[in-house]
Amino acid sequence: MATQEKKSLPLEFEQPLVLLAQQIEALEKQLQETHNPELDEDLKRLHEQYGNLKRSLYSNLRPIDHLALARHPQRPYTRDYFERFDPNWLELHGDRKGADDPAMVCGLLNINGVKILAIGTQKGRSLRDKQHCNFGMPQPEGYRKALRFFQHAEKFALPVVTLIDTPGAYPGMAAEEHNQAEAIAVNLRELSGLTVPVIAIVTGEGGSGGALGIGVANRILMLEHSVYSVISPEGCASILWRSADKVAEACNAMKMTAKEIQALGIVDEVVEEPLGGAHHDYDLVAKNLGKALVKHIKELSKLSRADLRKDRQNKFRKIGAFVEAK
Amino acid sequence: MDLKEWFANRQKRQEYAQVKQPLTTEEYCALWTQCFQCRELLYTRDLRVSLYVCPKCQYHFRIGAEERIEQLADPDTFVEIDANLISSDPLGFVDSEPYPVRQKEASKKSGLKEAIITGTMKINDLPVAIGFMDFGHFGGSMGSVVGEKVTRLIEHAQSKSLPVIIISSSGGARMQEGILSLMQLAKTSSALKSFHDAGLLYISILSEPTFGGVTASFAMLGDIIIAEPGARVGFAGRRVIEQTIRQKLPADFQTAEYLLKHGQVDMVIERAKMRDILAKLIVFHGAHDKRENHSSIQHEKSKNKSESTLSSR
Repeated sequence: MATQEKKSLPLEFEQPLVLLAQQIEALEKQLQETHNPELDEDLKRLHEQYGNLKRSLYSNLRPIDHLALARHPQRPYTRDYFERFDPNWLELHGDRKGADDPAMVCGLLNINGVKILAIGTQKGRSLRDKQHCNFGMPQPEGYRKALRFFQHAEKFALPVVTLIDTPGAYPGMAAEEHNQAEAIAVNLRELSGLTVPVIAIVTGEGGSGGALGIGVANRILMLEHSVYSVISPEGCASILWRSADKVAEACNAMKMTAKEIQALGIVDEVVEEPLGGAHHDYDLVAKNLGKALVKHIKELSKLSRADLRKDRQNKFRKIGAFVEAK
Repeated sequence: MDLKEWFANRQKRQEYAQVKQPLTTEEYCALWTQCFQCRELLYTRDLRVSLYVCPKCQYHFRIGAEERIEQLADPDTFVEIDANLISSDPLGFVDSEPYPVRQKEASKKSGLKEAIITGTMKINDLPVAIGFMDFGHFGGSMGSVVGEKVTRLIEHAQSKSLPVIIISSSGGARMQEGILSLMQLAKTSSALKSFHDAGLLYISILSEPTFGGVTASFAMLGDIIIAEPGARVGFAGRRVIEQTIRQKLPADFQTAEYLLKHGQVDMVIERAKMRDILAKLIVFHGAHDKRENHSSIQHEKSKNKSESTLSSR
């Protein structure tokens, strides 16, 4: 995957790595021209240094670095995963009420013999694509489309897998008029009542109610560098700090990284990404993710249908931190 | 007027202003209230009698949980439940001040422990389980405690087969509890699923203002949804939407009347009629004698069961 790595767009915190890579490249060029054995030694040292730096850089990421990785323009999106889970996956469209939101993708997948109904928010890759998908922000119609497929899964006893990568539900005028809040609220209620296994995976950004609208699951998984929060860090910074440049502080305070949310008991498993982030190796991430979700579906399939509902409702019933004074 | 004179006058003017100052002190404000809409000065004591509605322009003032209880409950029937739940600080959240300090400040300002009061009471002799959100406490925001209290209220109502009424007034989920606040949306909605399946009545009342996570969960899940006149209700705030779509929104955007026009609420009811409408709705849906209904249905079911087992024998 070396070619992909070179093409990857570096983030701000990755600058030292980029500089070192440039040095190595220059040295390699020189070596080709002069064949100086001394340079050979230097090159070896530099390569070693590069490896060390990379490891230490990615094991000491700040929350805002995770955010940057989660939003990386080359990060794999929902369709990338679906294609790798099942190259013959079948996309299904429409909310049957007059719209088909491209920001919400639904389809029938077969992952190594396990049939699932998969639903996910889709960001666009090219600018045109991005506009088409509304930058991954679903309209109420998108949530109603998802609801239609929840009910479909219920009828045919299919496990539901949702992939979450959205800045949030779209805040627009038409979205309000078509009742964005109700669309999400109904999904929360209906998801909690399903009697099939539901697995939610945060693959990039888990933005508030827009993410939770397809995220009420028996098991919640997060990719290593994905984030999940009650409000975007920019929104939090502008409200609580009254300043747009306190995003890093907001990221720290909100505890929005996969590991932190796992520590709060909300996330069941954090799925590892390749060193440097998911965009370095799509196939590997999809493989890891596919393996993890098949494992969870198999575990959940042991429960009866009534117990699946109870399991999910109990999971959320327990969430909350408060003191009960006597 | 030369410069010296002007400065002298300035000093006098400032003194004059200081003499005028007492007019804007809290005492004065407590006596008189200016209507936010028509700017009429209203005598506060009269305002209480008129249910905090401006007699001139029918503007509905934002009111707290205590006033709501007084307006809706039959005298001395309200019994609070889960009054002893208090927020903790699960994230150790600090912005310009630590979260626990902000909580104390909020409580001092509102006189409440949390942004919702829940309990049981009677409306025109009909028993109900009811929750009153209070925007005056922490912007009515929903953290773990609000989520837990709403959930327990619904569970309590279900176990006693009571109708649930929740009066919402909230800025949304509480940022200081991070993802835990977000999960309260799922928790409350999940409790409503079981309540819904049990065939019980839930009336949601939307009051000024209801936004974000509260609208995107229990507030929009009522079997019947009532809004107060002029109340602003929505998912995203007006400013966020204007920034996103880069155009001005209509003046009445997200008001109760706008919602009614767009099919989002069943009705817009002024405060004076609220009690009677609630009572009528409860009686119409048979929610007041659900308890007997329930036991009779169950009785029939068990009877059927025994019959069927008999016939199978």
